[in-house]
Formats: sequence, C-alpha cells, structure tokens
Amino acid sequence: MSSFDIDNPPPRRRTWTMVERGLAAVGISGKMLVIAAPAIWLTVFFLVPLAVVFGISLSVKQFGRPPYSDLITFDEEGTVQLTLHLTNYLRLFTDNLYVAAYLSSIRIAFISTVITLLIGYPMAYAIARAPDRWRSILLMLVILPFWTSFLLRVYALTGFMRPNGVINQLLGVFGIPPVVMMQTDFAVYVGIVYTYLPFMILPLYTNLVKLDGALLEASADLGARPWRTFLSVTMPLSMPGIIAGSMLVFIPAIGEFVIPSLLGGPSTLMIGRVLWDEFFANTNWPRAAAVAVAMLVVVVIPIMLLQKAQDAVVEK
Amino acid sequence: MRRGWFLPIAAALGFVFLYAPIISLVVFSFNESRLVTVWSGFSTKWYGELLADPQMLGAAWLSLQIAAISATIALVLGTLCAVALVRFRRFRGRTVLAGTVSAPLVMPDVITGLALLLLFVAMEGTLGWPAGRGMLTIIIAHSVFCMAYVTVVVQSRLTDLDLSLEEAAMDLGASPVRVFFDITLPIIAPALVSGWLLGFTLSLDDLVIASFVSGPGSSTLPMVIFSKVRLGVSPDVNALATIIIGIVALGVLGATLFQLRGRAQPAKG
Repeated sequence: MSSFDIDNPPPRRRTWTMVERGLAAVGISGKMLVIAAPAIWLTVFFLVPLAVVFGISLSVKQFGRPPYSDLITFDEEGTVQLTLHLTNYLRLFTDNLYVAAYLSSIRIAFISTVITLLIGYPMAYAIARAPDRWRSILLMLVILPFWTSFLLRVYALTGFMRPNGVINQLLGVFGIPPVVMMQTDFAVYVGIVYTYLPFMILPLYTNLVKLDGALLEASADLGARPWRTFLSVTMPLSMPGIIAGSMLVFIPAIGEFVIPSLLGGPSTLMIGRVLWDEFFANTNWPRAAAVAVAMLVVVVIPIMLLQKAQDAVVEK
Repeated sequence: MRRGWFLPIAAALGFVFLYAPIISLVVFSFNESRLVTVWSGFSTKWYGELLADPQMLGAAWLSLQIAAISATIALVLGTLCAVALVRFRRFRGRTVLAGTVSAPLVMPDVITGLALLLLFVAMEGTLGWPAGRGMLTIIIAHSVFCMAYVTVVVQSRLTDLDLSLEEAAMDLGASPVRVFFDITLPIIAPALVSGWLLGFTLSLDDLVIASFVSGPGSSTLPMVIFSKVRLGVSPDVNALATIIIGIVALGVLGATLFQLRGRAQPAKG
C-alpha cells in the first residue's frame, strides 16, 4: 500500500465486520473460536485416545469384536460392575522380554545418537566454516534427504548392506570375503545414524554458524592448539546445538519400528517392534496398550519434562 | 584461522555416506536384471512395470489425497493454534494447549497409531462413527501430528513478526479479523507454505500410524512399499524411489535458487 487518500478511503470490506457482529450477538468472541478449534481437535484426537489406551490396558484379550473385555458391564438387576485387570502390567515386569526390550531400545538409541553426533558435528562445523557460496549448496545437500521418503532411504540401505550388496561387492574386488551386515544390531545402528543424520546436522549448523570467529582467533593467539581451542571454546559454546540435535535423534530412535524391522534381525529387540507385534501378530490389544502406557511413563514423559526444564533454562 | 584438513575430509566422507546408498538406488532402478545389486544392462522396464501396477498407482493416489487433505486441515488448525499461543498471552489452559500441541512431536508413532485406532474402535462401538476405518481415519490421524509441525513453524514466524504493523492497522480502524487476513497472513505466508509442505511430506511418508488406523482396501503407498520390501528386493520400488527423489530434488533445488535470488536482489521497500 503506497498511499492513503484521506478523502476517498478504500471501500471497507463489510463481510468480516458482519461475521464478527453476528458471532458476538450469540456471545462468541473471535478469540474464543481461535482457541477452541485447535483445543477441541487436540482433546478429541490426542488426549482422549491416550485415556482410551490407559483404559484398554486394564482389560484382557478376548475373542470377538472388539478383541478385549469390557471394563464396565451391566447385569439384569441394574448393577454396574467395573472390572480392572492388572495382568498386563504384571506381565510387563515378570516377562523378561519387555524389560529387555525397553533397556535395549534405550541402549540402541543412545549409542546411535553418540555416533550420529560424532559424524554430524564435523559436517555441521565444516558447513558453517565453508565460504558463503558453498554453504547454501552444502546445506541443500543435507536437507534433501530429509524431504525424501524415510522408508525409501531405509530400503536404500538394505540394497547397500545385503550379502550381495554394494559394500560386499566392493570388498570382493579386494578379495575380502562377504561380511554379514543385514539383520544385525550393526545394521540398525547404521540405519538410525543414516536416517537421522540431517536432524543432527541442522541444529548444530544453526548454532555453529553464529560462533564468533574472534573467540577462536583469541584462543589461538594465546597459544592454544586447535584441539585445545575446540575443547575449551567451540564445544562448550555449541552445547545448545549438541543437546538439540541429540534430542532430535534420540527421541524418535527409541520408538523406532521401521529400522529394526527392515534392517534388524530376530534378536534385535526394540520396544516399538514389540508393541507392533503384540498388536498385529498376537492381536493382543490390551497388552499392546499396556506396553504403550509403560513407554509413555518410562520414556516419553521424562523426555518432555527434560525438554521443558531445558526451555526454561534457555529462556533465562 | 588456519584451515585444517580434518574438517573438509570428514564432511566429504559424511556426504558420501549420505548419498552413496541413494545414488546406488537410483542407478539400479535402470538395471535390467531383477537382482537389484548385479548390473546387467540399462533398461527402463521397471518404470514400465511400476506404471502398469494398479495396486501401486492406487496406493500412490490415495496417499497423495490423504497428504493434501490432512496437510490442509493441519494448516488451518495449526495456524489458529499458533495465533492463540503467540497473540493471546493469557487464557485459561494456555499451558495445556502449548504442551498438547507439541506432544505429538515426541510421541512415538506406534503409540499415536495404537491410541487413535483404539479411539476409533471405541467410538464406532458407542457412537457408530466413524463406520469402519479407511481414508477418513487416516486423514484425522495425520492431521493431528502434522498440526504439531505447522504450529511450531508458524509460531516461530509469528514471534518474530513486528507487532507495530498490526497495531498500525488496528489504529486505522481495522477489525482484528481484517488485520489478520490483510496484514498478518501475507507476512506469514512463507511459513504457511513450508508448514503445509512439511505436513504433506510427513503424511506421505508415514507408515506406522497409517498401518494402525487404515482398514481393508485402504493401503497407503508406504504400506504397499513396506510389504513389498519386507519380502525382498523389488526393482519397481527402486524406480518409484527414483521418481520421488527426482521430484524432491527439483523442489529443494528450486526453493534454494529462489532463496539465493531473493538474497541477491533485496526486495524493494
């Protein structure tokens, strides 16, 4: 809008004013609508489902539709009976499979996060230090896989690591016998590192690109070797990026299903896969629900609290 | 500062790691043999086979529709949510809303999928709606997690927005709704576009949630790919991947060039 002619104001759009007046007449303010629409949607399709999961985790599997027992039953005399089964939760503690799966998910996610950090950090740093015209191209190369299908990238890895895959053919050229990579925990680590690497690089880059070069020069002028400068200047300053990137890898890796089921072997235990099998293979919906509730309590809620605490620190 | 050799080499190796599997996937999509890893000659027959596969094409069309609709629902609700969180500083339940909208970001897919399926089954049992599961239930499920991403993207743009523009419009007598459509919306339009694209991509890519909430006859593209890939190699998946990578590469390249040009010629003010 370049000029505003005082004598001939532009025609006012009446529609919006009328809509507002109409709503106000019924006692609904625009502000209320703006808040209510997303709030209702999230309540119905996010909070209520979690409550339903908790409810069904307290029932037991039975044949029929739906394949779980009713929590509340009415009989002819009009008595309402509430039946809560704790069997699913007891089973989580007594059957070693579940505890082992939780521990193994956390271990696999943690190790993969550390490896991703070790590979992603130098990449992010190199991009941040690269000359301007290179930087946007390199960044584009990091973002590109992020927009392509996750499932297809995992599939690409299977072609790479299978017994007659690209790596083993390369090894064969040098006379090295084929290495078994598929269906091992190793393949799962590679899978997580490969697919989540962009999530590590981007926050690290955002942080490192803001790093003041003068600080590095000062450190060098004072006689610090490059490694010393890195450990006592660069790394502490990039801590927020390290934490953000690690969270972005660690959190989704714990509940990962696609990677362990396509790359891992039968012995690769991850909780996402256990839940999936409980639901699809055993059709034990209540048990799957109990696994989900335990996962929320043990993994998701601590992570959310941690993030909140971290946000509070950053805001200070 | 002295430039070392370590960083460039580490970065180069990192990029090789990122791209080697993708490049081999693309190369072998033009392979004549069914063995995806042994080169036997150039051929485009897998593309022909892909385009003649009604199951694959049907799933792709279903996935595109679901992605477009759920990204649009997520865009509207996510933008409203972002406006509520950024512009209305105080209202009852603000903390709950802020926590709930971002929770799907840390929620494992298996839990989101299971929870929504159990909800839909329970709703069908008590309310009779939604009758059965299929496209509608997948759209609802996707809109919930896409909404979280839209909210984050729009929220950060709104926070950076210069409030004085909106205040000026208000002072000139514009109603809040008109200020939003005439001033705020055009300014945050780039964030809306990236939010929608993000939602679209994530919906198109989702396997786990869709597997839980879909019904018979409504297999999305990732579900079809997953069942094929699970059985072993299939060159037509390579062909499909190549097409998708090509489209995405063009899109990202276009966006980057657009940004670079925007930087080279600063907008006339």
